[in-house]
Amino acid sequence: MIELKNVSKWYGKFQALRDCSVSVAQGEVVVFCGPSGSGKSTLIKLINGLEDFQSGDILFKSKSIRGGEMKMSELRTRVGMVFQSFELFPHLSVLRNLTIAQEKVLGRPAAEATTKALALLERVGLTSQAEKYPAQLSGGQQQRVAIARSLSMDPEVMLFDEPTSALDPEMINEVLSVMVELAQEGMTMLCVTHEMGFARKVADKVVFMDAGSIVEIGATQAFFDAPATERARDFLQKILH
Amino acid sequence: MFDFDWQALIASRHILAAGAWITLQVTLVAIACGVVWGTVLALCAVSAIKPLALFAKAYVALFRSIPLVMLLLWFFLIVPQLLKAVFDLSPTVDIRLVSAMVAFSMLEAAFFSEIIRAGILGLSRGQFLAARSLGMTTVQMMRYIILPQAFKAMLPILLTQCIVIFQDTSLVYVIALGDFFRNAVSLGERDGTLVQMLLFAGLVYWLICSTLSASVKLVQQRMQHD
Amino acid sequence: MSYKWNWGVLLDPVVTGENATYLEWIVHGFFITLGLTLCAWTLALVVGTVFGVMRTWPNRFGQAIGTAYVSIFRNVPLIVQFFVWYFVVPEILPAAIGDWIKGVKPNVQFFVVSVLALGMYTGSRICEQLRAGIQALPRGQRQAGLAMGFSTAQTYGHVMLPQVFRHIMPPLTSEFLIISKNSAIASTIGLLELSRQAQQLVDFTAQPYESFIVVTLAYVLLNFLILRFMAWINNRISLPGLMGH
Repeated sequence: MIELKNVSKWYGKFQALRDCSVSVAQGEVVVFCGPSGSGKSTLIKLINGLEDFQSGDILFKSKSIRGGEMKMSELRTRVGMVFQSFELFPHLSVLRNLTIAQEKVLGRPAAEATTKALALLERVGLTSQAEKYPAQLSGGQQQRVAIARSLSMDPEVMLFDEPTSALDPEMINEVLSVMVELAQEGMTMLCVTHEMGFARKVADKVVFMDAGSIVEIGATQAFFDAPATERARDFLQKILH
Repeated sequence: MFDFDWQALIASRHILAAGAWITLQVTLVAIACGVVWGTVLALCAVSAIKPLALFAKAYVALFRSIPLVMLLLWFFLIVPQLLKAVFDLSPTVDIRLVSAMVAFSMLEAAFFSEIIRAGILGLSRGQFLAARSLGMTTVQMMRYIILPQAFKAMLPILLTQCIVIFQDTSLVYVIALGDFFRNAVSLGERDGTLVQMLLFAGLVYWLICSTLSASVKLVQQRMQHD
Repeated sequence: MSYKWNWGVLLDPVVTGENATYLEWIVHGFFITLGLTLCAWTLALVVGTVFGVMRTWPNRFGQAIGTAYVSIFRNVPLIVQFFVWYFVVPEILPAAIGDWIKGVKPNVQFFVVSVLALGMYTGSRICEQLRAGIQALPRGQRQAGLAMGFSTAQTYGHVMLPQVFRHIMPPLTSEFLIISKNSAIASTIGLLELSRQAQQLVDFTAQPYESFIVVTLAYVLLNFLILRFMAWINNRISLPGLMGH
């Protein structure tokens, strides 16, 4: 479904991504892990065009992004993104956060957008918060709304950029369980996360990155039981204690 | 229209220079007196002595709610006798220059006081406590510890305010004081070259102000590297 | 000082034979000032928003124009700008337009020129505040908007600007107050606004103090009205759950 081929990115003289290649099949859940600054967030932001790249190519359903076969505006409606800092629109109510893009980007009529929004809110367990504003919600609630917001566009792929890193510990689970449900329903997901429990549970494969390169890609069980590379072993030792 | 009469300009250079000198005088006096009086006002505003704080706040509120044009007119039309008595000036002194200097000083003090007050309030409480614990009196604390830091922190804003003062001096037009702008306009009206004199004056101000603003930016960048 | 106070002079009919009292002149001036302030403020908001957005829009040409606009209008004193609009602009426009402008009634000329001068000048200040506000917004908001499929224009309109305008209410209030005071400069090109009326009264009556005090109080009143108005706006647009609601 998504294929990255030898992608490299520079910020001026600094090379943030080196020759990265990975493919994600439909329905696969892929977890990206690695130390800070390894380029994980940058890599997934390439997929919905929030970051650009200078060499290599990315194919979305066999259409080349670099070659212009896949237009960015269309791509973004088919790829949803959940941010570490939630990024709900603070000046809009929860419900409006979910309906505004449906109406303005997809052109859905207001009634249809609202129905869908309410259904999604129920799915993440937040129907009662529909008329509240983001500032009135807890972090865990905001992130669940953010997931619902991305789902409102009926994406084919969901990108998660450290979705639980900014949450208080007691709220991490409420967000992870929504993500687990999504995975079990067959959503194609690319997740940058430190939550290895989540990875073990639903990920099909794990991509380990360090200093801008993809060091190892392995099937989940195999990766956690016996990582092939030393750097991956090192990393796992440090975070799984 | 675009055949600029350079000859006329060069011939009038003395008048323009005299105007520039007036502009400079008013600017410098306003800055000097404004900073001093503004510092006093800022200290009053943060002081624990209620009447002083009240006075400072009322002063600032009053001077910030009156247009500069009105203030200049006030000091020019209304209080010449008062000014002459207070400053013991000889009757031949150009009251307009003195009025302008007094008006600007009193107004700019209000603006400077707000800037310095922000600088003082922006310092961490620990600075005050440390100075006190060393046994310093309020005067010593302000003079050696608080004000130097407040000024340093607010330097770019203070400098920008100075540029604003320089621009505002052109308003002495309303009291017929011959600053650079007024003289340029008078020359233009006299010789029928108003359009080119206005463009010339605009250009001169633009050159000076953009250069000064760019310098303030440099100062700001240098400060951030410290 | 042997000054004879006579507040009653304000109610005397004017010596020019016009059917008005001096107080009515002041009131008339007040409304001209109010009208000028409101019109110029509207123009400033529109122009300031356009250029503020241009300065942050990812387009080199637009940014260059925005930078030039700010550089010109902020580095020339306001009174010089007034004079340029009134004396120079009609000359450099094509002859037909220039002549038409000169044919318009003087009072209307003064007013329109004042609105343009004041509006364009204040617009450059608002432009800078908007630019600072946009740059202070968390990067994630623009990204979240784009990630949802919004175009850049939609992201500005639906996501960024509604937030930025709320954040810059304090400096905007300040600009509104400043514009009401700068309106007095219009007197230099002949507009019969409030400060000009004060000068008129000094010329026609022998009671300069009363005139000036009343006019000064009128400006303080205008200040107060603007503060109340902006506080009301702030209340209406503030978001639940955040400070100030």
